[in-house]
Amino acid sequence: MAQASLDAKPAAQPTRFERAFKDAFIAALVMLGLSVPILALRAEQNMSNEVILIPRPWLVVICCLIVFVGRLLLGLFVFNRAPGAKPLVETPSAVKTAWAKFAPYAAQVGLGAIIAYPLVALYLGGPQGAIKWIDNFGIQILIYIMLGWGLNIVVGLAGLLDLGYVAFYAVGAYSYALIATKVIPATFPDLGVWAFWICLPVAGILAAMWGVILGFPVLRLRGDYLAIVTLAFGEIIRLVLINWVDFSGGYAGISSIPRPSFFGIPFNASESGFAARFGLEFSPIYRTIFLYYVILVLALVTAFVTIRLRRLPVGRAWEALREDEIACRSLGINTVSTKLTAFATGALFGGFAGAFFAARQGFISPESFVFLESAQILAIVVLGGMGSLFGVVIASIALVGGIEILRELDFLKAIFGSDFDPTQYRMLIFGLAMVLMMLWKPRGLISHREPTVFLKERKSISGSLVQEGHG
Amino acid sequence: MEVFVQQLINGLTLGSIYGLIAIGYTMVFGIIGMVNFAHGDVFMVGAFIALIFFLLLSTWFGWALIPALMIVLVLGMVFTGLWNWAIERVAYRPLRGSFRLAPLISAIGMSIFLSNLIQVVQGPRNKPVPPMFTQSVPLFTENGYTVAIGYKQIAIMVITVVLLAVFWYIVQKTSLGRAQRACEQDQKMAALLGVDVDKTISLTFVMGAALAAVAGVMYIMYYGVVNFSDGFVPGVKAFTAAVLGGIGSLPGAVLGGLLIGLIETMWSAYFSIDYKDVAAFSILAIVLVFLPTGILGRPEVEKV
Repeated sequence: MAQASLDAKPAAQPTRFERAFKDAFIAALVMLGLSVPILALRAEQNMSNEVILIPRPWLVVICCLIVFVGRLLLGLFVFNRAPGAKPLVETPSAVKTAWAKFAPYAAQVGLGAIIAYPLVALYLGGPQGAIKWIDNFGIQILIYIMLGWGLNIVVGLAGLLDLGYVAFYAVGAYSYALIATKVIPATFPDLGVWAFWICLPVAGILAAMWGVILGFPVLRLRGDYLAIVTLAFGEIIRLVLINWVDFSGGYAGISSIPRPSFFGIPFNASESGFAARFGLEFSPIYRTIFLYYVILVLALVTAFVTIRLRRLPVGRAWEALREDEIACRSLGINTVSTKLTAFATGALFGGFAGAFFAARQGFISPESFVFLESAQILAIVVLGGMGSLFGVVIASIALVGGIEILRELDFLKAIFGSDFDPTQYRMLIFGLAMVLMMLWKPRGLISHREPTVFLKERKSISGSLVQEGHG
Repeated sequence: MEVFVQQLINGLTLGSIYGLIAIGYTMVFGIIGMVNFAHGDVFMVGAFIALIFFLLLSTWFGWALIPALMIVLVLGMVFTGLWNWAIERVAYRPLRGSFRLAPLISAIGMSIFLSNLIQVVQGPRNKPVPPMFTQSVPLFTENGYTVAIGYKQIAIMVITVVLLAVFWYIVQKTSLGRAQRACEQDQKMAALLGVDVDKTISLTFVMGAALAAVAGVMYIMYYGVVNFSDGFVPGVKAFTAAVLGGIGSLPGAVLGGLLIGLIETMWSAYFSIDYKDVAAFSILAIVLVFLPTGILGRPEVEKV
């Protein structure tokens, strides 16, 4: 190897290639051990309901080869690099200088792109083709951006790790669904078209109330314990929704939830519908585009409120709480109200998103509010860089968009055979991405934390020096 | 009375399984202060490894039940230990010393990865095993209801007690156990005194996984079926058990496991079977909020 000969080392020392080869060989052996029972044999029920084993030796061989080659390449080119290979002072690359020039305008450009997105999709795909792109990608990603921003208040600003955020999403969705299908038709039938606009604030307020109710018991907890208790609360709410059939419909959920109207004008094919009123040809695309802008506005409200709250005393108290709870208390900050407002504000936006979700789907069931959703929202906040609004956007596009893209990868079927289903692998890839992201950038993509208050001069906190999330 | 005694037996059996999983949580938390969120899924992987080895031995090689199970127990412990070793090496060790939520998030990712890996490579459907040890010993009859203890229940409890004795011995009397307890108190000081901290932590993960694998064998023996999603709820219950008993304490984990098993069966028998998981999660929340040190745990001193 060329690199090996460059190292001026005694001959008795194993060369870099030898070391990497040995390392890769051991890694492949471990992989063999890992894959032998689980990958090599598949337990499958046959026609007469007996469980039989189907051997798949090739899978094991392929996995071991991948691990061997991967580890060898890593060992040769990434790990154990000779010292001095890295320059002490990093010269800014062309990409970095270009980014530095672009960065101040990133928010405006991004916002413009997001606002123009459905119209561009409509122009490119036509009314039929655009629905999928606006609904599956646009609305889906925006829901997660909004949830991410909502959770960001709790996790990113106040530093309270919440693994049960989906509970508030569920509260919002069920509030809207129950009020719109049961209360409004029974009491105010005339207001049917306005159901969404009436229930949206109600759903948010109910969710915020639940945020306070669930926040009270966990005030004393911190770190991992807090995370586990919030997870338990999320699961309790979901299990109650499953089992309290009279109230929530159980597993069957609630269907035919009224869809939102264009401020009183319904989206249907009738005379008084949206298309007829505005002299357009009826198409479901108008509702989809409208929904896109509704969630966009809701998400932007979340971002706006977050940005403004950070400048208020309560926002500064959140950030102080995130950095050090004990210091907070000794400086006279009321940690009880600080924590509860964080929970309530986060839950409020979760509730809004939930009401929107129910209105968009027209059907909800407890299946939509499993722990995995909480993990996904948390992953978005963490991968984006806790506390960073822009990072949440990037992470949502990458994670949610990436998962949706997997559905579209039909060409993989041509490579791996017709029974290959790429959507099967999405959560697998998602879990792996979460681990790899933590290994690569534990503090997320955008990980610098600038204090909003500072003395005399702005000093950025070096992320690795400060222990975040201590409170 | 007769129903109560029967539920007591069932609860203790279930509690033994939870207790064995809980030891993995408690040992890992004790040594590196981290909630190993993926431990429930390691238990599920252990159950699958056991299932596959059991089928391999019984259907391909035609072994008899009892020797097959004993070999399965050993192989399951070895291979699940290897899995957890690899998980710790890849997903947790590089994050040691990183900011404190990083390992937890990495563990959540690992948990999602493991359950979906099993779904992809083994299929989403339930995997049944033929019923084994169906006989039971009748204890007494009251009001026409015979209270009986099944052979498999006896086997589960006996294996649990034996393993506990072995692990208790390892932690209290061997040099490995001494190293573990040293790392638990102060990793830096232990390293200065010549304890290989990395190796000790790795072995802790292997030991926890080995016990989870035994719980996995018992789980398929007891329920006769396993599914890729079976890791989450037993994992959470076992974590509850670990906290209830006092996290970091080995006998506490087993005590907590038995209590959780008893509460779950009694709740199902006397209140409502639908809400049994709600009960478990509520206990988790109540214990963490009001009794965070657990029954046998030491109170943690807050250092500024």
